[in-house]
Amino acid sequence: MTRWGMAIDLDRCTGCEACVVACAAENNIQTVGEEQAREGRAMHWLRIERYYEGEFPNVRTRFMPVLCQQCGAAPCEPVCPVYATYRNPEGLNAMVYSRCIGTRFCANNCPYTVRVFNWFDAEFPAPLDSQLNPDVSVRPGGVMEKCTFCVQRIQAGKDEAAQEERDVADGDIRTACQQSCPTKAITFGDLEDPDSEVSKWAESPRAFSLLGDLDTRPGVVYLSGSEWREPAE
Amino acid sequence: MTAESQPSAAALDGQLLGRLDRRRPGLLVGSLASGALALVFIYCWGYQIANGIGVTGINRPVFWGFYIINFVFWIGISHAGTLISAILRVTKAEWRRPVTRSAEAITLFALAIGGLFPLIHLGRVAIFYYMIPYPNSRMLWPNFRSPLVWDIAAITTYIIGSALYLFLPLIPDAAVMRDRAAAGLRKRFYAVLALGWRGTAQQWHSLEWGIRILAVVIIPVAVSVHTIVSWDFAMTQTPGWKSTIFGPYFVVGAIFSGIAVLMIAMALLRRGLALERFLTDRVFNNLGLLFVTMSLVWGYFTFAEHLTVWYSGDLFEKNVHHVLLHGDFAVPFWTMVVVNLVIPVAVLSFARGRRPLPTALVGCGVLVGMWLERFLIVVPALSTPRLAYSIGDYMPSWVELGIMIGAVGVFACLYFTFTQLLPIVSVWEMREGWRHGGSDEAGGATSDAAATSGTAAAPVPGGGGA
Repeated sequence: MTRWGMAIDLDRCTGCEACVVACAAENNIQTVGEEQAREGRAMHWLRIERYYEGEFPNVRTRFMPVLCQQCGAAPCEPVCPVYATYRNPEGLNAMVYSRCIGTRFCANNCPYTVRVFNWFDAEFPAPLDSQLNPDVSVRPGGVMEKCTFCVQRIQAGKDEAAQEERDVADGDIRTACQQSCPTKAITFGDLEDPDSEVSKWAESPRAFSLLGDLDTRPGVVYLSGSEWREPAE
Repeated sequence: MTAESQPSAAALDGQLLGRLDRRRPGLLVGSLASGALALVFIYCWGYQIANGIGVTGINRPVFWGFYIINFVFWIGISHAGTLISAILRVTKAEWRRPVTRSAEAITLFALAIGGLFPLIHLGRVAIFYYMIPYPNSRMLWPNFRSPLVWDIAAITTYIIGSALYLFLPLIPDAAVMRDRAAAGLRKRFYAVLALGWRGTAQQWHSLEWGIRILAVVIIPVAVSVHTIVSWDFAMTQTPGWKSTIFGPYFVVGAIFSGIAVLMIAMALLRRGLALERFLTDRVFNNLGLLFVTMSLVWGYFTFAEHLTVWYSGDLFEKNVHHVLLHGDFAVPFWTMVVVNLVIPVAVLSFARGRRPLPTALVGCGVLVGMWLERFLIVVPALSTPRLAYSIGDYMPSWVELGIMIGAVGVFACLYFTFTQLLPIVSVWEMREGWRHGGSDEAGGATSDAAATSGTAAAPVPGGGGA
């Protein structure tokens, strides 16, 4: 079996937000505009959280990319009344957009607050419409969405391997955020495969889970060498 | 009581039913005003459906807002009736007789409105039926692990049960109305409602058994409904929501706000329909005692909830607790404590405070307080998520306010229509009270004492023709 997972090395992250832009472009995430963003409706599947330490002028900023943790025991799943979000056999918390009726219960029960909602129908004014990714559906208004681990890329990687009559090799499938990271802080692969890069990163002594004491068994592992293991309050 | 205080059946009918034959200008004005508010409700909901749920003020992280608050609030109000009237019926409290009908009507209408709010709240209301288990070609079922699906089952059961519970005791009165009405549309309407009631011994027997069974069955249903509403919150792992006390806490709060609205409705009906003879000071005194008891129980639950959260020292729980007690939400929080606990206890502890006007005013305060309680459950917990980066804020939009105020209009509209069409005090139950002899003066000045002492016993009424 496969369990897709991601490891993020916080010591390499510079907070440049290239991953955020790549994610939006890859996944047809709507841009809501200044006014809506001010109301707290910016739709980022992946965000860079910034935490500051120390007093000015000796301030240090820490960055943490936060995305759907693809939990093994996901709090969002049991509360959905219509099975619009469920756990697929490869360890993804999948979203079925056509099934979602917009109760937003899943988002309330997500301890990482990573789910985003389409408050209005998506608009892609020209020329944005010409750069929509044909492999990803555009979500209608009233529907919840979140990071999919670029499920369309996973599918494409599996298709390609099947055509070449081989197994998917480690590194075949790269998520948009991983691909765009200039410091190679993100790696992606199969956590069940002990030889994959992501498995090796996950076994690092620097590895930890975000809000680990909730035991949601995330598919995302963070690495940090500092004593700072949890985001500051 | 003495024989001369016992009106004849005809006089009683005249007093309780006669007003239905006349047009009362006050009620007409009320109906029109509430009708206008109901139009606001319809407009705002239509506007939201046409433009998208984004016309509200909800956002990330406050995904639930006024709609859910009002949902819990109205479901709470619905406990006015069925539960209270059922408890009073089961315990055979004589002073229930003038109260039950108005309470049961509140239940049904409040429930209808409360049940609408989760639908108004949906992102895609057109496909709300995905939550209902219906046979379909894709063999898809709703997720029975979700408290929202439990909600649907509970509320549907409750709405059917409370409609029956309102309707059954209404049958003999509808028959009286049918017999009094001149031939025409009105008569046909009452004839349908009366279900061919002839008042035979067999019919009375069936009716009484039906009511008796429903009164017992509806109590656990009512308790379960508000418990399940609380589980929409308590089943999550969200700090501020995850709490084992929420089930009973919500039930107590619901009964508390239910009594509040009942006190207001009764004071208004007493004045508006000149029912002083039936809704006596005694009735207000008894309900007032129940009211202050619920206030104290509510206060105890609130204290227990907040003490355990504070004592736990859990970081995320304490963040929520802090904004509630000392932070952004301190003003509504302490207002809630004053209107829900301090004022009711201060006023209702004294017999003079348990008269119609003061109890109704306390009731208004409690309605505000219980609305605030639901606000303080929904918003602070969501706006204070675990990851500090996502801390947010919430301000309702005009659409949410319009729907909230409009819903009051819809409720009043339904209620006014009901009081215009049907007797808001159960005529046959009042008559039965007199027939039981001695123990009742207009629904019970001395009822309890008489019932317990058993002897009391002014001999059977003389009043004509009962």
